[in-house]
Amino acid sequence: MATTAPPAETTTWSKEDAKAAKKRSRRMHRKEHGWAAAFMAAPVLGWVAFLLFPMGFSIYASLTNWNGIGKMTFIGFDNYVLLVKDPYFWKALWNTVFYMIGIPIGLAISLALALALSRKIRGRTFFRTVYYIPVISSLAAIAILWQWAYNGDFGLVNQALALVGIDGPNWLADSTWAKPAIIIMAVWKGMGYSMLLYLAAVQAVPRSLYEAASLDGANGWKKFTKITWPMVQPVTFFLVVTNIIGGSMIFTEINIMTPTGGPEWSTASLVWYIWNKAFRNLQMGYATAMALVLGILVLIVTAIQFRINRANEFSID
Amino acid sequence: MSLNQNTARAASRALAGAGEPDHGNKAPKVGVFQRRKGATQENPAVNVILTIILSLGAVIMAAPLVWMVSTSLKTKDGVYALPPEWIPDPFVWDNYVRVFQDTYVLSGIKNSLIVAISVTVVGTVFSSLAAFALAKLRLPGKNVIFIALLSGMMVPFPTLMIPQFIMFSRIGWVDTLLPLIIPVILGNVIMIFFLRQYLHNVPDSLVEAAKIDGASYLKIFWTMILPLMRPAIAAQFILWFMAVWNDYLAPIIYLNTPEKQTLQVVIANMNVQYATQRDYPLIMTASVISVVPILIVFLIFQRQIIESIALTGSKT
Repeated sequence: MATTAPPAETTTWSKEDAKAAKKRSRRMHRKEHGWAAAFMAAPVLGWVAFLLFPMGFSIYASLTNWNGIGKMTFIGFDNYVLLVKDPYFWKALWNTVFYMIGIPIGLAISLALALALSRKIRGRTFFRTVYYIPVISSLAAIAILWQWAYNGDFGLVNQALALVGIDGPNWLADSTWAKPAIIIMAVWKGMGYSMLLYLAAVQAVPRSLYEAASLDGANGWKKFTKITWPMVQPVTFFLVVTNIIGGSMIFTEINIMTPTGGPEWSTASLVWYIWNKAFRNLQMGYATAMALVLGILVLIVTAIQFRINRANEFSID
Repeated sequence: MSLNQNTARAASRALAGAGEPDHGNKAPKVGVFQRRKGATQENPAVNVILTIILSLGAVIMAAPLVWMVSTSLKTKDGVYALPPEWIPDPFVWDNYVRVFQDTYVLSGIKNSLIVAISVTVVGTVFSSLAAFALAKLRLPGKNVIFIALLSGMMVPFPTLMIPQFIMFSRIGWVDTLLPLIIPVILGNVIMIFFLRQYLHNVPDSLVEAAKIDGASYLKIFWTMILPLMRPAIAAQFILWFMAVWNDYLAPIIYLNTPEKQTLQVVIANMNVQYATQRDYPLIMTASVISVVPILIVFLIFQRQIIESIALTGSKT
């Protein structure tokens, strides 16, 4: 990682020599150190002021009963006890996890699209652009658009379903269909991004691998499972990690499409609930506790994924 | 097998029609060696089927957006026409006049631009300076600093939003654009990460030589490193700009006064306000306006953006 580290010529020296040399080099490079520190100052300052400090403050605030303005009353772990007993917290957590069903679905479609677009198909650039446009569109605008598209009587979705003879539900007003509705929209919006990443990965697979496999008589499916899938695995890993982190923060579409948390609270996500508790009900202490739990959950899930990924790692030269 | 392929190619030629003269013609005449080569060659029939599937998919991808534009040109009642009107009758351009006169869209655009431009321009300078220092300059413990910065990517914004809100409310910055600018203007970890990675391809000796020539560090950065990094910076810059432009959660927390809100909050509030008046065309007009500038930027810089995204995947 550290390419600027001096080469390991210290091996022939004694420890004292090495120490002295280090000191000498430190003195010699003092000016450089100063500039390097200055160049890094802004992000480091931002890190301390807007990450480290708020984190510390959060930990304390989560142990208090506090409305954000008045006095903070220390109540120990009461907020966390409350949280464990709060059915809304569990419901919101369940909803948030449920939304993640969209991740494997989206990735499967994206990979299929990438495989299709890696072939010599006319209008590849056109398709690529069309599939990517929802990604760059603002989520707020897209959520508004889909909220209307899901309208039971006049919405675009049910109009389209009627063409094939399906009588669609009143999506967002139906506690069974509200979550799937949001998942479909999220898949539609995010697909283009995963597709582009997969496309780059698929195109980077050496052709010789496929040729060798063909000579050995491998069929298309075999080639996919034994060559393509392992070769795009780093991208899959990256996408799963970022999608889970992103998915755990799902808020905008929930708040715009179902401002009250959906029928029977069926769409409320964890971040939506935290936001409500903090900025509508002014239960800052409790909301902070939930936010910390969210952060820790994300951290644990990410760590597990890295662990699994390391076990699956391989390399080809 | 070669027979199947032959018929398939003929079929595809027929399907492709006169409009696509060179489709399927790239393959040379089927000969003795064709079969062996054919193992890695694409089956044209499959390509035709894929093109059909991709086209259907493209319709699904584009339909809602086309509908958004179409609705923005309708009358209030036109929205409820059954079957849906794809081409508005009559065309109502007035929505685009009303949206600037009667709503906060204009101030929303202004505020969004202020935030997005200041954050990305200044933030890019900070990020690239830090990336330069992290990749090419000597500083004991700089890798620890880098890891610490990276760890910030693991912390979701919702975990930080409450304490940050309290901090900014204490200094009276609520309902200003500053809380949206200050925490992010100091540098973007993702950008630092990619630029640092990018600079690893630049030989250290180049920097050392410049130092021996007596160039100051700022000068090395400005005349050598910055031009080298330009393509990477451009791509990251655009992605960042889009992210800031489209942000919703942070602005909704801080901004209460309508004329101080960013565009995304303005249109979300319009969605609530005008839905009760059943004025969907106006809401859709505002949505179109929020999407179009980014769309234009994307279409102009498409190649760079796509390359940069592809890079994202390969650097993991």
